[in-house]
Amino acid sequence: MYSSKEYAEHVKKTSPRSPVLKNSVKAFFVGGAICALGQALFFIYLNFADEKEAQLFVTVTLIAAAAFLTGLGIFNKIARFAGAGTLVPVTGFANSVVSPAIDNKKEGFILGLGPKIFTVAGPVILYSVLSGALYGIILYAVEVFKKLS
Amino acid sequence: MRKTKILKNPPAFISYASAAGYEEHRGPLGCKFDFHDETDLFGSDSWEKAEGELAHTVLSLALKKGGISEQDVEVLFAGDLQNQCVASSSGLYNFGIPYLGLYGACSTCTEALLLSSLYLETSEGDTIAAAVTSSHYCAAERQFRTPLEYGGQRTPTAQWTATAAGAFLLGRKESGVRITEIMPGKMIDSGICDASNMGAAMAPAAADSVFALFSDEKHDISSFDRIVTGDLGDTGSFFLHELLSKDGIDIRDKHEDCGLLLYDRNAQDVHSGASGCGCSASVLAAHYLPMLEKRELKKILFMSTGALMSPSSVQQRIPIFGICPAVVIESD
Amino acid sequence: MEIFIKIATAFLVGGAICFAVQIVIDKTALTPARILVFLVVGGVLLGAVGLYDKIYSFAGCGISVPLIGFGGNIAKTVRESVLSSGLSGIITAPVTAAAGGIGASLFFAFINALIFRGRPKRISGKKKNPQPESF
Repeated sequence: MYSSKEYAEHVKKTSPRSPVLKNSVKAFFVGGAICALGQALFFIYLNFADEKEAQLFVTVTLIAAAAFLTGLGIFNKIARFAGAGTLVPVTGFANSVVSPAIDNKKEGFILGLGPKIFTVAGPVILYSVLSGALYGIILYAVEVFKKLS
Repeated sequence: MRKTKILKNPPAFISYASAAGYEEHRGPLGCKFDFHDETDLFGSDSWEKAEGELAHTVLSLALKKGGISEQDVEVLFAGDLQNQCVASSSGLYNFGIPYLGLYGACSTCTEALLLSSLYLETSEGDTIAAAVTSSHYCAAERQFRTPLEYGGQRTPTAQWTATAAGAFLLGRKESGVRITEIMPGKMIDSGICDASNMGAAMAPAAADSVFALFSDEKHDISSFDRIVTGDLGDTGSFFLHELLSKDGIDIRDKHEDCGLLLYDRNAQDVHSGASGCGCSASVLAAHYLPMLEKRELKKILFMSTGALMSPSSVQQRIPIFGICPAVVIESD
Repeated sequence: MEIFIKIATAFLVGGAICFAVQIVIDKTALTPARILVFLVVGGVLLGAVGLYDKIYSFAGCGISVPLIGFGGNIAKTVRESVLSSGLSGIITAPVTAAAGGIGASLFFAFINALIFRGRPKRISGKKKNPQPESF
């Protein structure tokens, strides 16, 4: 008989695995297509905005599209196919904000939707802001050090 | 040594019913369910309420099929997968039957049958006990995994929680299908912390129960027509056969898994198979009991498998404990 | 022509990032939430060492549309604001840089939550099995 540790190891080794290559190729094409769409939109927006604004509009457009597709129940079908292809672009972030919002409406707008909207967005915001601040501190310290020396 | 308990007054199935949702209706057993709902909502407006309605519907159907009034039912054993088993309590409260809520994860169906038989062992006359278990894909997904609209891929070992329920009324009957022996299951530490490989997490518990049962000389694999596990799925069944082969037991000819019967895995993308309290309950009520009643099967071993865990326990890396109680069902 | 090359580059670079992340997901079973956190922190790191801007000038949306862009943008804004206004930039700049994405996500999430209700995932076709006879 196995010990539970040996069994868990054995299961890890023997269980069927995801088809990595097939999934990755699908992720490549869908993810690439989303980025290419973003780039095309960027050139369109450049006609009436500066570069910084155009970049923001691209993000907002992709988020809005992902949010709408999530609401229609189409996004999860695409994501089942595409995996990282829809998760890695900003569309994955948008889906992780929109899906709990729709799902937890029944528990109320304040205590249901309110906290649950941040289930995935919360950690992303927290650690991006933290790492940004950490970078700022290091940068500031280096600047002070430069002035002193 | 763990042994089965042979019942002195083996109770008979007086009536039973099954109900299921959209996907289950499109599976191989689809047309055998007594009731199904295309919207999965069962007339309510949230998934949690829908599961309550599902449990309500299935018990109503069992009462109706047996021509029994709810006043004649002395006790109700019921359970589901929702937090604090609210689907069973909210769905079944208005029957006014004395209630004992159960949680055995996906093994609850066998647990309820086992306890109903024990209850009837000590009662006399025309006592009737009811066992109801349900599960709902959307409610379970929300509670244990991710929001329904969330887009993600699942591993090949993941299982699909069945939107299904089964209700059983047990009591005294001259002849029919009976529960003749019962055996509770030991909790077995699988060492697995991956909530998307529950089949493998439950296989050691199923192996332990099968081993305990057949190391008792009064049982013989050949005397059973089927050995039915609850929801091991494809992956779990593989590991069950492998674990048993180490003990020199081969059940592959007799073994069937409810989780592999409920869906057509070629056409329906459910990965390893079905799971949930309603999986084994609905398959027993829709598939095995009619076969036993028609004498197509004489004797089966019915053992629902459960994975004992919560979303927090998985996040804290507490291993998943498997459990597998068993009942022997015979027709006479 | 230049536009077409730029779009093709975005496709290739963005696709390559997704390809790599998919391998990581399948090999390590990391949850999507962890993946997103790693991407955004990785973006800040790339920005801090100056790599992000170099890749961006070449790949455009290929790097800015993946969540790495979120982090890269934070690093860029933090640098500009710490160098121009000092200490206060450490606190305000990361949130300012993230404002667009977060604001848009929350706004559209709420709008869609108002319009839509949850629906079950479907994996089978519409075809029905025959109904059992009623009893």
